[in-house]
Amino acid sequence: MFDLSATELSAAIKAKKISVAEAVESYMGRIEKTDKSLNAFITVSKEKALARAAEVQGRIDGGETLSPLAGVPIAIKDNISVKDIETTCASKTLEGYTPVFSATAVERLERAGAVIVGKLNMDEFAMGGSSETGVYGAVRNPWDNARVAGGSSGGSAAAVAGGEIPLALGSDTGGSIRQPCSFCGATGIKPTYGSVSRYGLIAYASSLDQIGPIGRGIGDCAALLSIISGTDEKDSTCVIKEPFDFGGGFPDNANGLKIGIPRNYFGDGVDESVKKSVLAAAEELEEAGATVGDFEMPLMDYMIPAYYIIACAEASSNLSRYDGLKYGYRSAKAKTLPEVYRLSRSEGFGIEVKRRIMLGSFVLSSGYYDAYYKKALQARYLIKEAYDGLFKRFDAILSPTAPTTAYKIGENVGDPMKMYMGDIYTVSVNLAGLPAVALPCGFDERGLPVGFQLVGNAFSDGILVKAARVYQNRTDFHARKPKTGGEAQ
Amino acid sequence: MNWETVIGLEVHAELSAASKIFCGCATTFGGEPNTRVCPVCAGMPGTLPKLNRAVAEYAVRVGLALNCEITRHCKFDRKNYFYPDLPKAYQVSQLYAPICREGRLTVVADGKEKSIGIREIHMEEDAGKLVHDCSGNRTFMDFNRCGVPLLEIVTHPDFQSGAEVIAYLEKLRETLLYLGVCDCKMQEGSLRVDVNLSVRRTGGEMGVRTEMKNLNSFKAIGRAIDYETKRQIEILGKGGRVYQETRRWDDENGVSYGMRSKENAQDYRYFPEPDLLPIEIDDQWLKMIKGSLPELAHEKRERYINDYKISEKEAFIITTHKNISGLFETVSELSGNPLESAHLVTGEIMRLLNQTDTLPEDLSLDGRKLAALVNLVSDGKINRNAYRETVEAVFTRDVIPEEYIAENGLMMINDDEAVIEAVKTALSENSGAVADYRAGKEKAFGFLMGQVMKRLGGSGNPDMARKALKDALK
Amino acid sequence: MLIDEKLIEYLENLSCLTLSDGEKERLTADLGEILNNMARLEELNAKGVPERSHPFDDVNAFREDEAVCSFDRALILKNAPEENGEAFVAPKTVE
Repeated sequence: MFDLSATELSAAIKAKKISVAEAVESYMGRIEKTDKSLNAFITVSKEKALARAAEVQGRIDGGETLSPLAGVPIAIKDNISVKDIETTCASKTLEGYTPVFSATAVERLERAGAVIVGKLNMDEFAMGGSSETGVYGAVRNPWDNARVAGGSSGGSAAAVAGGEIPLALGSDTGGSIRQPCSFCGATGIKPTYGSVSRYGLIAYASSLDQIGPIGRGIGDCAALLSIISGTDEKDSTCVIKEPFDFGGGFPDNANGLKIGIPRNYFGDGVDESVKKSVLAAAEELEEAGATVGDFEMPLMDYMIPAYYIIACAEASSNLSRYDGLKYGYRSAKAKTLPEVYRLSRSEGFGIEVKRRIMLGSFVLSSGYYDAYYKKALQARYLIKEAYDGLFKRFDAILSPTAPTTAYKIGENVGDPMKMYMGDIYTVSVNLAGLPAVALPCGFDERGLPVGFQLVGNAFSDGILVKAARVYQNRTDFHARKPKTGGEAQ
Repeated sequence: MNWETVIGLEVHAELSAASKIFCGCATTFGGEPNTRVCPVCAGMPGTLPKLNRAVAEYAVRVGLALNCEITRHCKFDRKNYFYPDLPKAYQVSQLYAPICREGRLTVVADGKEKSIGIREIHMEEDAGKLVHDCSGNRTFMDFNRCGVPLLEIVTHPDFQSGAEVIAYLEKLRETLLYLGVCDCKMQEGSLRVDVNLSVRRTGGEMGVRTEMKNLNSFKAIGRAIDYETKRQIEILGKGGRVYQETRRWDDENGVSYGMRSKENAQDYRYFPEPDLLPIEIDDQWLKMIKGSLPELAHEKRERYINDYKISEKEAFIITTHKNISGLFETVSELSGNPLESAHLVTGEIMRLLNQTDTLPEDLSLDGRKLAALVNLVSDGKINRNAYRETVEAVFTRDVIPEEYIAENGLMMINDDEAVIEAVKTALSENSGAVADYRAGKEKAFGFLMGQVMKRLGGSGNPDMARKALKDALK
Repeated sequence: MLIDEKLIEYLENLSCLTLSDGEKERLTADLGEILNNMARLEELNAKGVPERSHPFDDVNAFREDEAVCSFDRALILKNAPEENGEAFVAPKTVE
């Protein structure tokens, strides 16, 4: 059963070969066994999941036509609200917070018959690239437990790659789906901004955040994305009209697909093994019929500054609501109102969150707004414009997802700037609101997964899914599994 | 040397939309604490705003009525500050591209016309209510008002006196009421006025201004302006310094006192609200809103005078309040008699409003009933006394006019024989007066006329009685 | 960009945070380094370039003006650290 993809599992359930409860219980067993070493889950909601399993089984037995993911156990990043299940953002600030409503994406998944089994670990408030900053401790990479899973959706990628769950929801603000996929050897989609409702996604940076799927292969991710995408009256920025329809099947060629490779993404600071595997992926697609050309990506120096200024500015405002008055943590030491505010926030947030809030307050403050925030918005305009130009020439831009493979836990924690530079290939995609798929394409000399991303024009998610299908049809990197336990190989 | 007062106003008008600005919760005033709240207006994590279309349309209506430029591409911004009445710790407002800019409103104060510049009108959300526990040490947070839509209408510092301010506010209130966008109840806080005031030597440099809050009536505003003007002149006259601050008006004691100093001005870190899309008002939409604009008071006045030949004075009285002009138009339309309807509204109805201390906003009268009465009196079916009496009965007890008239025998007696009979009796019983009249005392005719009408029980047709009496006295 | 104690204190106030001495020291160094890196934006010639605050240029997302049922008050107050069944409770607010 663990070898089945999510859609295959759903088909087996519909064919009465496996019951929903069996599927849920089996995966629960896996979680119990391996999560001590992976630490991918924050909450496992076993009873609720079993009750849901019975309900979904009833719907299937009653002949209801359900989605290609009906009956499939699924887990949700802990910054996405699930009604009546603790949703913490891996922060002390939201300890004990149980939302009174579900995110639109979660509602749609439940309607489609998926069974939510728990909430996944992450960087605190999705701020980080290693899933080490949360209050529940670091997520461990299933390929090597001494290494990070990437972040911020590290729990989602590790749980999927480690076989704890067939499919998960993550969120991507500056690479938070793609980079952990790359580190863990999972497949993920960062959808076009505005194609999946953000309602219920606890905001980090509103103009950049997007929910997306992480799975073992592109087929499962596409199935999930077609369920959660589509307009939502609760989210003004969810501008897509119809949900995605990616069709079925695995095409065997990429004829006509024009791929561009940014030359300057392969310079110093990029692991040789990463370069090699990513370029091999480009060759694979070329062999499948795509044309590949290279170009110089402009504005590279401004991507990280623009991203961090905008993301932190929005975050400083989005996280102001955590004040110890309405929900979440209130400092026991606080007596006066100012103490409730300041002590609750100071005790509730970790250092990385404080760093970004302070940075965001700074770039918006009077006297600095024009030099930092306004300039970042202008850089954003130019970056988007540059992409618009590139997509006149190419259908997809192929590049590494991250400059390195997974590093050791603790290795970069004390060096925020080094950490931020790891996002160099991913952040501009969010600034421009573009879709991207993240796919495994090899292993480094330590046996750690390497990933690449394909970036497309806005709302061309379908083209990327098709290219990913072609690629995964010809390769098996996505299907390889770490040894259970993840001892270094 | 003379002092000059410079005043600018910030008016917050709560829009009378049915639902809040960014969620579907009702905007009704009052109610149990936290019963008109949802995750969106409570600022729960993960929630997002969705703009109420009516709020944008109301804002444009006001902008058009105040002769503003409409910003065709406008945006919302976040104003960040921590306070318990603000659940998200930011207020969604408009700083960089407010929906309306640079308008004018002409007012008449102290017999002079003056044009007041409107700097901008922007949309924003209201905050919640804090109730302080007097005995204990706690504050209770009620979010019912959170997200109620507000317009902030900001003027240039164009006022020089309290009289100008009041004239402007009266005209603004009249406009907002006619537009149907705000009920303008200062007591309930649906119209809130902040006064920015400074003084300077005539023609000299602008002085430091203070901002006054907690002004709950026009009267209070007038008093507060006088007080603050005097206070600042006194300070400056002694060589002192006025501090930029927010002051709270205490109407009961007729004084104001300083609140937090604005010199520690908050750094609100405004930035464009990423959760909302900009608003684009294209020609078609603007045209539609223009088309839906109700007729304003001054337009109504002109129409009444030109089309209905109503006197200027009456037209003015009718248009002092939307409810009055509404009543007039109903009665006038149903009766087909605008002149008589205007007399009724400016005469009897205004008298009854004053007499019963009823505010125009609480006026609720059935126009159909009044129109029927207008027809009865103008067709000579009832006389003026019966008319007045029935109008009052309709006003105070909402009686059905026809029934009331029948029950009280008020229908005019148009029967020739009854009138001739009454004249005969009156003449025979008042021979003295008859003699006086015949001796040339014209006054005696009035007396005899009264006697005739008395015998007709008050419902006689006076024209007919007069004619019969004259005939009999020949 | 030099981050001094005064600026850190100002940012603490804006952010409503009280940092420990250790955190202050760390963030003073970090913010200095990060802002130096951000300063690369100065080199960008952005004269006349519009500001992009949304990924796309979509406009006009409205809901119609219809009042719907609010939430059950118990749910609104459910996660409050302190409430009295009617309202959220805070230590007394001084104006």
